[in-house]
Amino acid sequence: MTEFTPVLSATGGILIGLASVMLMAALGRIAGISGMIGGLLPPVTAGEWGWRLAFLAGMIAAPVVLLGATGSMPVIEVPSSTGMLVIGGILVGIGVSYGSGCTSGHGVCGMARLSARSIAATLTFMLTTGVTVFVIRHVIGG
Amino acid sequence: MTRIISAFAIGLVFGIGILVSGMANPAKVLNFFDIAGTWDPSLAFVMGGALIVTAIGFRLVLSRSHPLLAGGFSLPTKRDIDVKLLGGAAIFGVGWGIAGFCPGGVVPALGLGRSEPAIFVAALVAGMLIVRLIETARTRAAPSAG
Repeated sequence: MTEFTPVLSATGGILIGLASVMLMAALGRIAGISGMIGGLLPPVTAGEWGWRLAFLAGMIAAPVVLLGATGSMPVIEVPSSTGMLVIGGILVGIGVSYGSGCTSGHGVCGMARLSARSIAATLTFMLTTGVTVFVIRHVIGG
Repeated sequence: MTRIISAFAIGLVFGIGILVSGMANPAKVLNFFDIAGTWDPSLAFVMGGALIVTAIGFRLVLSRSHPLLAGGFSLPTKRDIDVKLLGGAAIFGVGWGIAGFCPGGVVPALGLGRSEPAIFVAALVAGMLIVRLIETARTRAAPSAG
């Protein structure tokens, strides 16, 4: 069980939204995290490497800044085994490459722009994620 | 340099949002999808909160002629809903359901100093490189097809 946290989750969502709007206002780019990671891999586009690395570095620094501000590190729980992390990671890497994005790029930025591609992609991955969790927890695990 | 500092600061806000929201926590993500079991609907509020802000904010920002620190807006130009898009999204969902991490969720989790996010990111990068190798090979095999 995890605790139902509507206020914290909505607050976090608003911050994610604000950061996405700020990135568009400052650099004119979509805040798609899989695209930023993929953009660091060869072949790289000149001039597009630095800001992507800086954005991801800012994200990685977030737990330490939260620790400084609140006095505690966020707690996470990883129920997946190492094998599941590896298989899941490879599938996510393949999927976001062909699907041109993930939860942030399609789910937040693309949906907000009412992009038909992003809406179709988001509905598709929400469905397959739900089916996968059901199969793992209630068919295999049950 | 202004671009780099801005990107870092905005990434920091994004990362704090991810951590506060619960998106970096696989147990919470997987429970959101486990409607038939230990359902935790919190993550609906993440997407709701984010979408309200981006839907309004993008409209205001994109009405300007150009961004503050760049010559123009770089927006996706593809319009077609094809097998590649939907197949890729479907595969991404299966991976997300197996691991519990998505790319945006795992990056701030890297800063927690645990091993699981690093393992997932290594596999994620491997998956991206596999696609590049496949696509490079395919382009070489059929150069005329582009």
